[in-house]
Parts: sequence; C-alpha cells; structure tokens
Amino acid sequence: MLTRRTLLKAGLASLAVPAVAACNNGAAARADGEIIYWLWDSAQLPMYTECAKVFHEQNPQYSVKIEQYGWNDYWSKLVTGFISDTAPDVFTGHSSKYPLFADKGQVLPIDDYVARDNVDLGIYQKGLADRWIGADGKRYGLPKDWDTEVYFYNSAFTEAAGISAEQLNSMTWNPKDGGTFEQIVRRLTVDSKDRRGDQPGFDKDNIKVYGLGYADAGGGDGQTSWSWYAAINGWKYSEGEPWGTKFFYGDPKFTETIGWWRGLITKGYMPTYAQAKSGVDVTTSFGAGKYAITPNGSWMLGTYGTLKQVKSKLARLPIGPVGKRMSMMNGLADTIWAGTTQRDASWAWVKFLGSQTAQDIVAKAGVVFPAVAASMPAAKAAFAKSGWDVTPFLEPVEAGDVFPYPANPNAADVTAVMTPAMESVMSFEAEPSSLAKANDDVNQILSANT
Amino acid sequence: MIFIAPATLGFVVFYIWPTLRGAYLSFTEYSLLEAPKFNGLANYERMVQDSFFWNALGVTVEYVVINIGVQTVLAVGIAMLMYRLTKSITVRAIVLAPYLVANVVVALVWYWMLDVQVGVVNTFLGWVGIDPVAFFGDSHWAIPTVAGINVWRHMGYTALLVFAGLQTIPSYVYEAAEVDGSTEWKTFWRITLPLLRPVLVMVLVVTMIGSFQIFDTVAVTTQGGPINATRVIYYYIYERAFTRFDFGYASAMALVLFAILAVVSLLQLRLLRAKESDLA
Repeated sequence: MLTRRTLLKAGLASLAVPAVAACNNGAAARADGEIIYWLWDSAQLPMYTECAKVFHEQNPQYSVKIEQYGWNDYWSKLVTGFISDTAPDVFTGHSSKYPLFADKGQVLPIDDYVARDNVDLGIYQKGLADRWIGADGKRYGLPKDWDTEVYFYNSAFTEAAGISAEQLNSMTWNPKDGGTFEQIVRRLTVDSKDRRGDQPGFDKDNIKVYGLGYADAGGGDGQTSWSWYAAINGWKYSEGEPWGTKFFYGDPKFTETIGWWRGLITKGYMPTYAQAKSGVDVTTSFGAGKYAITPNGSWMLGTYGTLKQVKSKLARLPIGPVGKRMSMMNGLADTIWAGTTQRDASWAWVKFLGSQTAQDIVAKAGVVFPAVAASMPAAKAAFAKSGWDVTPFLEPVEAGDVFPYPANPNAADVTAVMTPAMESVMSFEAEPSSLAKANDDVNQILSANT
Repeated sequence: MIFIAPATLGFVVFYIWPTLRGAYLSFTEYSLLEAPKFNGLANYERMVQDSFFWNALGVTVEYVVINIGVQTVLAVGIAMLMYRLTKSITVRAIVLAPYLVANVVVALVWYWMLDVQVGVVNTFLGWVGIDPVAFFGDSHWAIPTVAGINVWRHMGYTALLVFAGLQTIPSYVYEAAEVDGSTEWKTFWRITLPLLRPVLVMVLVVTMIGSFQIFDTVAVTTQGGPINATRVIYYYIYERAFTRFDFGYASAMALVLFAILAVVSLLQLRLLRAKESDLA
C-alpha cells in the first residue's frame, strides 16, 4: 500500500537524483587518464574530434572527451567551473581572457613541461608562442591557430563600380582625406536613386548600399573595426606591448583616426551607429547586399563562404602614413586548468594539439590558420578549394607587420570603460577628444591593480 | 509540519541561504576566485559614487514605467473585450499564446524582425512611407523597444489574471447600472474599475516586481548598449559579478534592489488599499 511515508521517501529520493547527477560533471568522477576538453567554435568540433581519435591511438592510456559551448556561454560556464571545481582539464584560451585567469591562479604554467619535453617553439608562426607568456613571465599555453584582418568585398558591386581587383589591393589611407581607400568607398556607396557617392546629386540621407560596413565601435581593441588605421597612423595601444601598463587612447594619432572614421558616417558612406547596431550582425547585412566592403577577421571566412546571395572576395588592408600595411595578429591556444587532477594527461593533449600532426588535421579542414608554420600550405590549399585566395591574410604575417591584441589582466574593466566611450563617439554624443578622459579612467584601473 | 517540509527545505536552501550569503558578501571584496575579504561599507560607498549604478537604476525605472503602464492598460482592455464580447476558450488560448514562448526565443525573433536593414518590420514601415527605425540601435528607442517586446509577451497572461478578477464582480451591479441608464464607458469607470481594484493591485505588484527584474531580453539583444541606454540594473549586476569578478559589489547592488522592491510593493499595497473591497 502506498503510505504517506513511502510517498515522502519517494519525494525526497526524486529530489536527491538531480543533485547526484549534477556531481557527475565534476572532475572527480572520471576514469584515470580521461580528460575533458572545451572549445567554443562548432565549426572546429569535427577536426578536434579527429585529433582526439589520433591522440588516443598514439597514447592508449589517455582519452579525451570534447565538449563545445557557444562563445557567450563558454566563458561564464568556465568561470562557474573554476569556482565549483568542475572546470574542464584543458580548454581553448583567448588572449583577452587568459591574463585574468592567470592572475587569479586558474591556469597552469607549462614552463616545466616545455623544458622537460624539449618542445620546439620555433615551429610556430613568428611571435605566436610568446603571446602566451603572461605578464608574470610564465608560459600559459601552446598556440593552435592565428588570425589577421582583411576587407571582404562584394565583387558584383566593385565590378559595377568599375573598380579593379588591383585598385582594391593597392589602396592607400591617411587620416586627413582617407586616401584612395576613401575614394573607393565613396564610389561604392549608392543612394536610393542609384547615384554614386562621387556623382552629382548624391543624396547622403537615402542610401541603398553603404560603401563600408562595421559591426560596432570597437571598444578598447577595435580588432575588426579601426585597429589597422590607427596602427598605420603610427599609433600604439600602450606602453609595453602586449602587456600594457599605460594606454594611449587620448593620443592625437588615435583621436584623429577615429575622427576620420566616424566622418564616413557624416558623409553617408557608412551607416549611423544606431543603424549598425540595430542589425542582426554585419555579415548578415553584407549578405543581403547592404554593404560593399566589410572588414573582418580570418575566422569569418567560413561564414562569408555561406552567404549565398553575394560573391565575396578579399582585399588587402591599405598602406598608411607609416609606409606599410599592418594588421592585428591574434590567436588561440590550449591552456590547462590549474585545478585539474589529470596533469600529465592534460599536458600530453596540449602538447599533441600544438604539434604538426594535430595542426595538419586542423589545416586540412580549411576553417582556421594553423599556428605551426609547416602546416600552413595544407590550410592554404584547403581554403583555395573553397574558392578563397587567402594571401591578403598571410602577407602582413610574412612581412612581420603585425601587432598584438592589447592584453591585460583587467581586460573586462577596460572594456567596461572603452566600449561606452567609443559608442558615444561613434553616435556623435561625444567628441573624439573625450577619449582622453576614458584613457585616464583606463590608466587608473591599471594603476589601481598593480 | 511534515507537509510543508519539502517546500520549506527548498525555500531555505534556494532562497533564505543565498539571500543571507549575498547579504554577507555585500560587505566583502570578493573576486569569486579568491576568498572574500571583509571591507565594511566600502561597496555601498562606491555605489553612491558609481554613475553607472545610477544610470542603471534610471534606465530600469524608465523600462518599468513603460512596460507596466502600457501592459496594464492593454491587459485591462483585452480582459474587458473578452468579458463583454466573447466567452470563447479559443480566444483565451490565443491571447495567452505569446506567453508560452520562451523569453529568449521571443527576444531573438523580434531582434531579427526589427533589424534596420533586413528586418520585416522596417520593410512594412517602408511600404507605408516611414523611414526605417533603428529600434535596438538608437539610444532613445532601445528601452521602449525592449519594453514593447515584453508587453507583447506578457499582456495576454496579465489579461487573463484581470479577466479572472472581472468574473468575481457580481452581475447584479451591472443590471442595476443598466436599469439606471448608465453608459458602457461610465459603467467601466464607476463600477468595473473600483470593484476590480484588489485584483488589479495584486496584478500590479506581481508584474512590477517581475518588470524590475528585466534581464534576458537585454542579455540576448543589446547587452546594455547602445552606450549605456539599456544597461538595466540586473544586467549591470550580472556584468559586475560574472564578467568583471566584482561579486561583493554586485551583491551590494542586489541587496539595494531588494530593498527598493520591498518598499515599492509595500507602498502599492498601502496606497491602493489592497485588503479591502468596495463590494463590502
């Protein structure tokens, strides 16, 4: 007979089940030698599944369980994992995020392992491995891939405007009149009566196709929005790159760059900030034929490839007052959680992912650029197969004309200051000179925490 | 006792304990990854100085006023239509439909529809000769847009609550009004609204508390922007706690919000005499 007491017991038991199940996510409940690995890019999941298979064949004592979460969930889940001791043993790290984790002792320095196993750091693209040496001088990861920026343009629009690929690949830029880059953007802008930006009667308030699109105001890094203009204007983010101790957002070289950039809105070549931010995202608008050119990073090649209505091609960034082209070079690395119970297995996996064997697998998929230089030809061939000539991404790297992502352990606090400050400027609610005040706030954050 | 034990257990574990712990953490400096350090009233002093906090409060109040104002009027309107014109279950189900869709899904679908360049809403506006509106991108439009989306989702549910209240009003008062030659409009103001008051107060208090807690729509669409136009208090607390690792300060803000909500609810109950009915 069903008594009250048994009902109560059943009730309590059902309460307890989810609690027990929840504990299973923890690192403790796993078999020895099994590690959990996290990444955020679903497009890379197949390659890494393949890597895990090869890794297990080479090291039968270890196995890897891969879990993938989207970019936004990824970081908050990771942090709650740190707090509750359930973080993955190895996870994909980003240069804007790992300095804080290192500062809080959550990622494992791998210097001893690198020395013990004589890992050759010379196999990576120049400068990449050093990006993972923290402000404290310790190494926190082995690089797995890298990225730079170029312009993605709608080739139907450039042909209609009579602009050749040569012209697009030899653009110049300066902060006064924007150089031939601005001339091209002007010509590519079309108003609702099909008049171009350089034709008489052009109506800048009724635009059908904007010459240049942008995703956001760029915050403190401007990676895909303004970073290369500022760099070729001779500006640096901070004293001491990449570990900024003092930032220069108030520098005239920077403010005049931003002043020129937002001037494109006034001239009608770029949408207002409200319009740019009210879109789903910049690639969707580009795919709908609303923009002629959009700058973006190499990790977006796959997304641009899926745009069916437009044919996108790549153009080099412009040459600036410093006499050359420059791009930000950033990348990802695999890092080990300091709280892992499987240190040796974790290190073996990180070492494997940093090796040419693994990076050849990654390269052949043609999704990202591998960090190992010798794997690069395979990636180039894979991209060529899907119709991309990725040379514009590679040139600045080969020439050494790259600059790092501005890293610091207070990145979140700096972003909280710089994002609204840049948004105010781009929506004409503040002048570019107001960035001097934001810069003071940023420097105050940095000095408060050192 | 034994019957309320499961509920009590849940209440203590998931409400009382976190509240007490949150109250304690509000007096500490706590970066989540290191042990909390007691720092007295420092977090509260910071709050007074923090322009982002005051901006967040202002933005939240703007949201609540628009959201609750529009939603309550529409809900009473819909409830009246349901009450006077139809008793159809199908109509009631349809009115409730938006509420059955998850918040995040609603927000994302509207985000697509309201896109300034490729969104269907702006295409319609174009047909009737209105220039595209940057609903989420324009700092003046962003909060009304977010508020509007949540009105759309919640008004049916609120209308059903009001509708339930309407059914408690005895029909003889309406018959009497009719005999006295009262118009529909006059009947609404003189009979329906006063007799509906206790239910309406309950609905207002509940929806307003919910409204102050606006978070998900902002989190999946504007994320606080443009500039600081939609950085509502809950989103700011979340940012401080989980992206900037400033958990102590975030706890202090959460506690202040708790106090504000308690005061607002009490005031509403008092001022609108929720306990008495005019029927008595």
